[in-house]
Amino acid sequence: MEKKNKYTVSIYAENNIGLLNRISSIFLKRHISIDSVNSSPSEINDIYRFVIVVTVHELLIKKVITQIEKQIEVIAAFYHTDQETIFQESALYKVKSKSLFEERHIQNIIKNSHAKIVTVSPEFFVIEKTGFREETEELYNELAPYGLLQFVRSGRISVTKEPLKISEILKKN
Amino acid sequence: MKVQGSEAIIKCLIQEGVDTIYGYPGGAIMPVYDSLYNYQDQINHVLVRHEQGATHAAQGYARSSGKVGIAIATSGPGATNLVTGIADAQIDSTPLVCLTGQVASHLLGSDAFQETDIIGISTPITKWNYQITKASEIPEILAKAFYIAKSGRPGPVLIDITKDAQFELMNFKYVKHQKLRSYIPEPVPEKNLISKAAALINSSKKPFIVFGQGVILAHAEDDFKKFIEKSGIPSAWTILGLSALETDHPLNVGMVGMHGNYGPNVLTNECDLLIAIGMRFDDRVTGNLNHYAKQAKVIHLEIDRSEINKNVIADIPILGNIKATLPLLSEKIVKKTHHNWIEKFKELNAIEYEKVIQKDLFPKKEKITMGEVINEINNATKGDAIIVTDVGQHQMVACRYSKFNTSKSNITSGGLGTMGFALPAAIGAKMGAPEREVIAIIGDGGFQMTIQELGTIFQTGVAVKIVVLNNEFLGMVRQWQQLFFDKRYASTEMVNPDFVTIAKGYSIDADRVSERKDLKHSIQKMKDSTKPYFLEVMVEKEENVFPMIPTGESVSNIRLN
Repeated sequence: MEKKNKYTVSIYAENNIGLLNRISSIFLKRHISIDSVNSSPSEINDIYRFVIVVTVHELLIKKVITQIEKQIEVIAAFYHTDQETIFQESALYKVKSKSLFEERHIQNIIKNSHAKIVTVSPEFFVIEKTGFREETEELYNELAPYGLLQFVRSGRISVTKEPLKISEILKKN
Repeated sequence: MKVQGSEAIIKCLIQEGVDTIYGYPGGAIMPVYDSLYNYQDQINHVLVRHEQGATHAAQGYARSSGKVGIAIATSGPGATNLVTGIADAQIDSTPLVCLTGQVASHLLGSDAFQETDIIGISTPITKWNYQITKASEIPEILAKAFYIAKSGRPGPVLIDITKDAQFELMNFKYVKHQKLRSYIPEPVPEKNLISKAAALINSSKKPFIVFGQGVILAHAEDDFKKFIEKSGIPSAWTILGLSALETDHPLNVGMVGMHGNYGPNVLTNECDLLIAIGMRFDDRVTGNLNHYAKQAKVIHLEIDRSEINKNVIADIPILGNIKATLPLLSEKIVKKTHHNWIEKFKELNAIEYEKVIQKDLFPKKEKITMGEVINEINNATKGDAIIVTDVGQHQMVACRYSKFNTSKSNITSGGLGTMGFALPAAIGAKMGAPEREVIAIIGDGGFQMTIQELGTIFQTGVAVKIVVLNNEFLGMVRQWQQLFFDKRYASTEMVNPDFVTIAKGYSIDADRVSERKDLKHSIQKMKDSTKPYFLEVMVEKEENVFPMIPTGESVSNIRLN
């Protein structure tokens, strides 16, 4: 049996209210769990880009891609391995301000992790770290002992090494 | 001049050439019904007895006429009742536009009376759906709905319209939709693949064609016939491909799949080239995929890219509308005949005739068989009728034995297997092709799932002929219980009411046959009637449909008993 791999699915589509539901229902129909999903504008005006990460067999993701592309508002869909993409995730860590002053070590952790302090208030401060999953996880593990008030990590955002030529596809249609 | 949104909807339908719609009124769709009142001379609204009937009737209409079928319902339960028919239309590629009323936009999401998220519910079973909240959106969205429903691989579209948008005034201007930048309804065929396919066809010794509904949906029956007659290739049909090629055509070798014919199933695993035309390799067609045509090269002609390599890997995929690709292919192939190879189909089908068909059509046992009823219907119609079937044993028997001379004559629920489909679908089929004889063949189980549509027949007087093959069982499930569950007949025996009395209650002429000697006459009487007619035939209770490919088995392990 072929091995499951992590794939980044990139979907270019018209912005439509129900489209994310329509796309996620294709994964649901095949009982595929979505690891992360991100929706944002793309390099083309009025066209949105969804980035969805799933762990499946390649044979399956190929079929899913054609079924996504079949949706009326989808312009094109692709799947790529980690090696074929440049990808990042962002994480936010909310920590008690008191710990920053009482635990000198936290300042070293922040400095060494190249994380950014986003905001500081008398009660709490917020650190932002963008990078690979291992990097945001490492910072999480280091900060956790000092007490995290809140933690959140974004879905993966990713661009591909190969050109995707969406404008050409649009011109052709 | 400004018109109300609800009137704009009717005007859109008229612009699209709609003459018949199927529906059921209710609170959230009342403005549309009110507008419809002024257009009764242009649009015939058929009041069904349950919204499921509206979608199935619209399907029947679409399949017999080749036009888009329209179903209309109110919000909430009206909309959810459409769902089964929409799912059926999606899997069987039937063009429908379904219109649902919705609560006023300021109430959306508030659990208002009869509010349901029909957009969310219908998303996975529609080709496209959209919620209109402003009257100004109506012309563009409806134009898009029709364009999407009928272009490319057809399918159902649902448009949900809030009640305030139906009341709102707007400037009406209708422009038909031709194109969407994100949608490629018909991929452009690749010329080099057509050449490669032609070379493969020309060099093959034992080529075999399996064709599906794509031939009918593309209006490519003539192109298809030219292709097979030039290539001389034996051709078998899927259940939805039935009637695209006349039954008596010398290259028609029968049906593939679970209850298909012996020859085409067995020889699927002997051909050297399998040419799939407008079909999607459903599991009921292929049996176990690991043992399906493994020895053969595969050419797949298909309009929907997502069907390529979904179930069977195509050595040569030919994307595009087969109306375009078949003539290109026909041009490049050499004229051939395959006498010896076709002879093999005939030999195997002769075995099936002796072991199965003869007993089905000309039984010696006391009780009437389903097969002999179909045979008598053939004798009466000469193959010119539209046969609408429900789901189960009677469906398999009807599709196996019905004779067809013309396309668009077989209307059945294939992919979804929806019991209750036939009665409302027959109503739509007759209205979509009023000049043709329409005969619904239904089991006693499925008949009772949408039996209320007898009311629609009564009210409209639509002259459908209804044949219920009554074995007092859910026959197909009972057959499986007999074969695979030690004859444990759990909840498959039916205690039925007096169907003839029920039909007569709706003023429909009705008759019952229990004995063979009366069968021919009763069917002729039904055929001769110019009005709706109901005929119940009491058939053998525990008849089994053979041949049969048991689930998980290879097509070549098809059983004759």
